[in-house]
Amino acid sequence: MANKIPRVPVREQDPKVRATNFDEVCYGYNKEEALLEASRCLNCKNPRCMTACPVGLQIPRFIAELAQGNIAGAAAVIAEDSSLPAVCGRVCPQETQCEGSCVLGVKGEPVAIGKLERFVADYPRMGDATGSASGPVRDSEYPAIPLEGVQGVKGSVRTNKRVAIVGSGPAGLACASDLAKWGYDVTIFEALHKAGGVLEYGIPEFRLPKDKVLKHEIEAVRALGVKIETNVIIGRTVTIDSLMDQEGFKAVFIGTGAGLPKFMGIPGENYNGVFSANEFLTRNNLMKAWREDYLTPIHAGKKVCVVGGGNVAMDAARTALRLGAEVHIVYRRTEAELPARKEEVHHAIEEGIIFDMLTNPVEVIGDERGWVKALKCVKMELGEPDESGRRSPVPVEGSEFEIPTETVIMALGTSPNPLISKTTKGLEVNRRGCLVATEEGATTRPGVFAGGDAVTGAATVILAMGAGRTAAKAIDAYLKQN
Amino acid sequence: MLTPAICRMKVEAPRLAAAAQPGQFLIVRADEKGERIPLTISDFDAKRGTVTIVTQKIGASSTDIIAFEPGEAFADVVGPLGLPSEFVTMAPEELKKQRYILIAGGVGTAPVYPQAKWLKEHGVPVDVIIGAKTKDLLIYVEEMRAVCDNLFICTDDGSEGFHGMGTNMLEHVVSEGHQYTQAVIIGPMIMMKFTTLTCKKLGIPAIVSLNTLMVDGTGMCGACRVSVGGKTRFACVEGPEFDGYQVDFDEAMRRQGQYKAEEAEANEKHVCKIGRGK
Repeated sequence: MANKIPRVPVREQDPKVRATNFDEVCYGYNKEEALLEASRCLNCKNPRCMTACPVGLQIPRFIAELAQGNIAGAAAVIAEDSSLPAVCGRVCPQETQCEGSCVLGVKGEPVAIGKLERFVADYPRMGDATGSASGPVRDSEYPAIPLEGVQGVKGSVRTNKRVAIVGSGPAGLACASDLAKWGYDVTIFEALHKAGGVLEYGIPEFRLPKDKVLKHEIEAVRALGVKIETNVIIGRTVTIDSLMDQEGFKAVFIGTGAGLPKFMGIPGENYNGVFSANEFLTRNNLMKAWREDYLTPIHAGKKVCVVGGGNVAMDAARTALRLGAEVHIVYRRTEAELPARKEEVHHAIEEGIIFDMLTNPVEVIGDERGWVKALKCVKMELGEPDESGRRSPVPVEGSEFEIPTETVIMALGTSPNPLISKTTKGLEVNRRGCLVATEEGATTRPGVFAGGDAVTGAATVILAMGAGRTAAKAIDAYLKQN
Repeated sequence: MLTPAICRMKVEAPRLAAAAQPGQFLIVRADEKGERIPLTISDFDAKRGTVTIVTQKIGASSTDIIAFEPGEAFADVVGPLGLPSEFVTMAPEELKKQRYILIAGGVGTAPVYPQAKWLKEHGVPVDVIIGAKTKDLLIYVEEMRAVCDNLFICTDDGSEGFHGMGTNMLEHVVSEGHQYTQAVIIGPMIMMKFTTLTCKKLGIPAIVSLNTLMVDGTGMCGACRVSVGGKTRFACVEGPEFDGYQVDFDEAMRRQGQYKAEEAEANEKHVCKIGRGK
């Protein structure tokens, strides 16, 4: 019986070794392992995994192709719904989506859908080097496999209708891919000098290798005919109004994410040595401060406190660890409430990150030169459940104490950038600064659509991709009428 | 080269040139491995599609920029960033009542130029003080003379113009009977701090342009945060110009030096690298 085979474990870099380098933590499956794992899928008639996937990936279909050894076929099935499978296979919270809904998970371990997706995405580029445990494989060592044939471009009639996509993150890339497949003339505008949005500046190399993985997926989107213009800030360099009125774009999709960092508003936050996770990660990821040959400076020091418990907090903590620091995660609830992906928390613990739970900062203490010297915290206990269903933490009176530290990184979440809403006529935002949009992604201005973190506030890569696809359908419908 | 350490260059960037306003800045990256460097725009020409920037040799990255030969290209140029100067959006009747004194220190003279030019073009009375350590470090003197009513030059060592700093010059000019409704101060942080204090003493409102650390320049990183009137503001999107009276300059100066240790190390390495290449 297929379901008697235990879930095939995936090989990872040794925690002690990987804590000192930026190479990818997880090696992924090789062909043999992937085919064995694929054989565990029951190919359910009513695939709950697929319903749980925000982009509606045809999971049983691609796994069936893979189980038969037809990797190119599996890739073609995935390409119908996702342009970023190598990314999603690595960063999706599978445990709450596809794998969390897998029937096999009821009594045992669910099918490793994420790892299989990753394998299928990597294989055309890496060939038999996929899942290599013999150490990190460098980009140049991969066999060059052309992208043609991997993309599931359906025959479609080209239209000369131009669509502008603002932001080259997951929402924008997903929206652009679908529209390009349907024949639209799509241009993505990116404010930074590299495409990818949070995939480039936010998620670290050891989780999502940039040259090895991300670059290729973005190239695949380009191969669909999508143009990407970097260094264009919508709202400053040009506006949405000028794109539509002067440059001939018939529709616009805003996928600008949630880029504004939050701070706690506690005393001492402007001391030297207090950074937003965004700054710390952008310096390291986009600006490659971890590489000796890049000029970008970064400051970690000997001891770092990261405040927060989400994926961004884990990324910042594990980055600081790799830069040589002792790292504490300071979180006001308990481990059970950590919003980060399970795998990230597990990896962080393995690597030696220290978790200070039920701890909330109240002040940053500085030295006479204005640099951080300690983080003053208060102990917390869990009280009644709040709106989110999580038990809300309450400070324990008289429990103040100081954690000596050189650096404090604030990873408290982010909110959308107001640059576009402030410079575009007729765009409404809500109290939290998020763009107001319908389920389909239509904003309050005709022809302008939005999706992803810019609408929902900070969420996940895959939800943003889902929103991008939904908006693509709405844009298609809109342009067929206008 | 304006001086041996200060370089002016025109950069082709049509979209940026068409959108630029006085007071705004841009970000350049010399090459793939360089930093993103924020520079205040010194001039812009929408017709030719060019913007002018002025850089002073400070660290490894600015050295790379200065090393450019005419015809070479930056890896990246992006902008305009930040908000335009206050007067750009001021009501015409309000603007007509103003008398501006623009006070420039060192390389800060370059971004003062488009402001004086704009005010002159809009018929607003504008005087300019240019201060530098010494005669050889004075820049934009003739260009500035053409776009202001009165130009006052001062040098710390007295080698040209008035002998003294911008603060002394300002006091002198006011004592001679010149009156102003608004000062704009652009220069090194320490110069802006003391010139603001002088303005306060003389009862002239002062606007300063803060050249804080930045990475993205769009509000993402918060490296540029400054305390203005006790509140944390992001210089990149809420500035770069703020009410000088409200700015915590000591904090701003301290924050500006945040990566000094790392930068000193980079400079050393950088020199070594060039040495090896030769």
